[in-house]
Amino acid sequence: MISQFFILSQRGDNIVFRDYRGEVQKGSTEIFFRKVKFWKEEEQEEAQAPPVFHVDGVNYFHVKVAGLLFVATTRVNVSPSLVLELLQRIARVIKDYLGVLSEDSLRKNFVLVYELLDEVVDFGYVQTTSTEVLKSYIFNEPITVDAARIPPLGPASIFMQGSQRMPGTAVTKSVIANEPRGKKREEIFVDIIEKISVTFSSSGYILTSEIDGTIQMKSYLTGNPEIRVALNDELNIGRGGQSIYDYRSSTGSGAVILDDCNFHESVRLDSFDVDRTLSLVPPDGEFPVMNYRMTQEFKPPFRVNALIEEARNLKAEVTIKIRAEFPSNITANSIVVQMPLPKYTSRATFEIEPGAAGQTADFKEANKKIEWNLKKIVGGSEHTLRAKLTFSQESHGNIMKESGPVNMTFIIPMYNASGLQVKYLQIAKKSSTYNPYRWVRYVTQANSYVARL
Amino acid sequence: MAPPAHSSRSPSPSQPSGKGEVSDLKSQLRQLAGSRAPGVDDSKRDLFKKVISYMTIGIDVSSLFGEMVMCSATSDVVLKKMCYLYVGNYAKVNPDLALLTINFLQRDCKDEDPMIRGLALRSLCSLRVPILVEYLVGPLASGLKDSNSYVRMVAVIGVLKLYHISSVTCMDADFPAILKHLMLNDRDTQVVANCLSTLQEIWTAEASNSGEASRERDALLSKPLIYYLLNRIKEFSEWAQCLILELVAKYVPSDTNEIFDIMNLLEDRLQHANGAVVLATIKVFLQLTLSMTDVHQQVYERIKAPLLTLVSSGSPEQSYAVLGHLHLLVMRAPMLFSSDYKHFYCQYNEPFYVKKLKLEMLTAVANESNTYEIVTELCEYAANVDIPIARESIRAVGKIALQQYDVNAIVDRLLQFLEMEKDYVTAETLVLVKDLLRKYPQWSHDCIAVVGNISSKNVQEPKAKAALIWMLGEYSQDMQDAPYILESLAENWDDEHSPEVRLHLLTALMKCFFKRSPETRKALGIALAAGVADFHQDVHDRALFYYRLLRYNISIAERVVNPPKQAVSVFADPQSSEIKDRIFDEFNSLSVLYQKPSYMFTDKEHRGPFEFSDELGNLSTEANVSAQKVEADDKDLLLSISEKGDSGFPANGSAYNAPSYDSSKSLSASSTSSDLVILETGVLHQASPSLAIDDLLGLGLSTTPAPAPAPPLSLNPKAVLDPGTFQQKWRQLPISLSLELPVSPQGVAALTTPQALIMHMQGNSIHCIATGGQSPNFKFFFFAQKSEELSKFLVECIINTSSSKAQLKIKADDQNSTQAFSVLFESALSKFGML
Repeated sequence: MISQFFILSQRGDNIVFRDYRGEVQKGSTEIFFRKVKFWKEEEQEEAQAPPVFHVDGVNYFHVKVAGLLFVATTRVNVSPSLVLELLQRIARVIKDYLGVLSEDSLRKNFVLVYELLDEVVDFGYVQTTSTEVLKSYIFNEPITVDAARIPPLGPASIFMQGSQRMPGTAVTKSVIANEPRGKKREEIFVDIIEKISVTFSSSGYILTSEIDGTIQMKSYLTGNPEIRVALNDELNIGRGGQSIYDYRSSTGSGAVILDDCNFHESVRLDSFDVDRTLSLVPPDGEFPVMNYRMTQEFKPPFRVNALIEEARNLKAEVTIKIRAEFPSNITANSIVVQMPLPKYTSRATFEIEPGAAGQTADFKEANKKIEWNLKKIVGGSEHTLRAKLTFSQESHGNIMKESGPVNMTFIIPMYNASGLQVKYLQIAKKSSTYNPYRWVRYVTQANSYVARL
Repeated sequence: MAPPAHSSRSPSPSQPSGKGEVSDLKSQLRQLAGSRAPGVDDSKRDLFKKVISYMTIGIDVSSLFGEMVMCSATSDVVLKKMCYLYVGNYAKVNPDLALLTINFLQRDCKDEDPMIRGLALRSLCSLRVPILVEYLVGPLASGLKDSNSYVRMVAVIGVLKLYHISSVTCMDADFPAILKHLMLNDRDTQVVANCLSTLQEIWTAEASNSGEASRERDALLSKPLIYYLLNRIKEFSEWAQCLILELVAKYVPSDTNEIFDIMNLLEDRLQHANGAVVLATIKVFLQLTLSMTDVHQQVYERIKAPLLTLVSSGSPEQSYAVLGHLHLLVMRAPMLFSSDYKHFYCQYNEPFYVKKLKLEMLTAVANESNTYEIVTELCEYAANVDIPIARESIRAVGKIALQQYDVNAIVDRLLQFLEMEKDYVTAETLVLVKDLLRKYPQWSHDCIAVVGNISSKNVQEPKAKAALIWMLGEYSQDMQDAPYILESLAENWDDEHSPEVRLHLLTALMKCFFKRSPETRKALGIALAAGVADFHQDVHDRALFYYRLLRYNISIAERVVNPPKQAVSVFADPQSSEIKDRIFDEFNSLSVLYQKPSYMFTDKEHRGPFEFSDELGNLSTEANVSAQKVEADDKDLLLSISEKGDSGFPANGSAYNAPSYDSSKSLSASSTSSDLVILETGVLHQASPSLAIDDLLGLGLSTTPAPAPAPPLSLNPKAVLDPGTFQQKWRQLPISLSLELPVSPQGVAALTTPQALIMHMQGNSIHCIATGGQSPNFKFFFFAQKSEELSKFLVECIINTSSSKAQLKIKADDQNSTQAFSVLFESALSKFGML
């Protein structure tokens, strides 16, 4: 049960505010924002406020979506995961209706947003968060904002960048808005999004690795036909009695072994045990069909080697080498490599490989970091950055302990590390002329990709 | 219904200044009000939108109230909705104008479109104007009978709204009874769910002043209702499922078959993508199996994978909420998670609050087989550029060392930290090395060699400096420079800002003096002189005390300051097991994330449906006493304690939770062992006050070698305490002592007139504040106050005449005098002939 709901901009402006129960005093938005902005913890200067905290008997919950703060307050000792989940869901519902979630779109459509909020929660109790069910209660039409100008939102938005194969506007389409020509395009999107975490030891050995994946669906099909999603035949869930880090020796067999997974409530698993298919009647709007987690050994897309060597006279040299270990028809983009340097580093000069386009390297004076940006990396290629460092004082001996670890972020479209695949997407509608667009897209992102020195 | 009344700080550039526009709008609205021309609705829409947008950015448009109401005579739903939004926002501040709207809202409540009926009813109930409640009853009653489920859904919540405006009107109209009927018969699951929420809220609020209401509330936990809801659970929305699961978690099944049936039924809820559903299910599983140790353990195994999946999927906020619960479970049963330690490794981009939880989990799960890897990982973080995490990591390494696994290797690592020459690393490490030495004095040789090399100038943090000084004092015979380092510190007495450090310096110099007096004499003189002149009271007192002690007799002084020490075997856990159990009982609530039970951060009426019974209402019952009887006893007791009877959940405590409460004590090995820890340290304190722990706590005064006779505790014969304060204190204080005493046959006989005992105890300055129970269970609450202080003692005394046992629970403001008090209490009881 919540008492108030509000959306604040990054600057703390009130964009939407709804008081459901009148139990929390006025000014809660200011109290909240000040607390979040100037959060203090231990000796940290820029500490981050946790998603839940309390001030004077009022509990504040918040999630950040698209640079906006979605906040709920209550005086009751409620389930935090329920409220945080609800906030996330409200953001998703609003996005389903507006097409785009941004300060601008919210301000333009606030009447519609209030309409939604009144149906989603009544007197603090959740009524429904189903985009589908809400359709019958909503009468305002969304005023669309120019999607190209706004920052992308959510994991699926990465498809908007770079890859030309995708219709860029599709994911920013409102579930109730009509297409310009008055005809709705029949299409369905299935995105397999994987976040990977890998930690390499100083000798390049993989210490930990994990893939957190989700199969996300967004359907614009009329008449809600049933859909069957077929996954790999050789797909196992759970590792029986084994410890999950107890890697099996035969990973070359092609079997995908998930540690665990969960499903959206619309998913029926009747034939999952037999033929690895999920059947569902997709509700409107965007939703995760399945989340999964895998610690089975996999081939990391990048190998990272970093070296720091001390030279004489307060100087040192850094070499960072990355090798793309995926096929050459695949290209990673938006790669950022960072490496913290010793605190007494005063200067760094860089040597980028000759002929490299779209690469920049920087020394971030404030937090003593190297930042190396690469626009794209083609599969199979290797890139090296060399940096010469100047120190303001003598190092205390072990320079390796004072720098690193190297961390890396990247996006690789049309690639997934787990090997999980959507074999086919069957739409059960018996008509020979009915052939909607089906988009099955893969993407891999770095979550925590770290190489130690 | 309120967009913000105050203006937003940076309004959009097109923001109008206000007045002129509002009067413009007024005249435009007037023109449209009566018009029936085609297309008029569109122009109205535009105008309404303008009004609402002004309202949102904080311009007062309440002057348009009349015009808006006039314009609302329309069949256009969009227009109506905007009008409702407007009315809801201004009705509360303009009750007179609100009366204007009643008419059209009531009419709309009878509209043929169910959508409009529902919306109008919702708006009507949201006006929050007390004088208008009489107009709500009729529409609500017909709304509850409406053929459309949307209208019924709205009407049910409407009843709750009415209850909050005027509970009397709501009860008089007998709405709760109608809701009860709906809950069991409505086809629509959201209507059922709303009935459940509404009834829960109403009965809980009413329960404190009506026995019938509390029976009704308990009836929500009856078997037929629970089964009715459970059998249909998949038809409910995910949010309503959470509501039902929360209810089921409080249900007490009659036998184990029932428990397994429920668990099998809910098994697949653990695979739900909504973390709230999964956590609510887990709570049910944990609560149901509390008394079945091995099944309970299987539950832990079963929920591990879903929890880990939730932690790694979803937004960072959601995963934090789940991680908090995982943390709780790991802390309760670390051994069950010892092979999962790699999941608790930190990722570089995680926020501090996540990393902190993970470090604590890593520390907890460390055992013989994984310590090496965990410590290696922690050492990586210690070298991290993220300073707070580096500190936490070092502390974690230290804690693992104190847990006794593979200390040898860890000590080496800690000593390597000192070689890193980072100030904060050195500081944290010094504190740990000190703790290690207190527990493992056998390592002193290795540690001292390294610590001796640290220049005190590089140590600035008070805690670290105090630790270093303690080591210099304690091991001054092994550290060649000790007297000289201490001397230079004493010479710079005025530069030392922390009183903690100055206190330690005094004590260290004393210790050093007895070992190496010629070298220390001068420094001690300086320090004592400076100490006596110190502004800080404690520093002044300690310096004076040492000075007088030295003058009185040097050999006694040595026995006081430098007694032979025993190693500390276990450090006290900062959180009592009672608190931990409470947090566990409040699983899937904020208590878990805040790591404190709800009474510490929320007021009574807002504890929510999660709170389990209060201590006071929770008689530990004998099996042969029927739950009902105890419940009644308890209520008597509570009534006699508090005039208002404001205790929110007095009755359901014993009725529902008695079994789970008992078993939670016996079940979890971890909690019982920490109970022992506390008792043990408590006992150690008493037995040998010369422990090093006292010294480090700054209690130098108490370190007498021969146990000095404790100052006799005297009680204030005229102590007063009102029942409210008693209850509050009882809730807040931990149990400092609990014991069971045999009761003599005379004692049992004497209890036929409990008044005699109360009189007798009063004669001993121990006052009775409440009594309760019937043969064979008698319950007394006593309190007493120290004669010259405000410090109080609270006692719960349960005497069972059939088993001839008395159970005492003592809570005290001043924990140190509990023992003395319990002696007094026992002697008072035995004088009465009880024992």
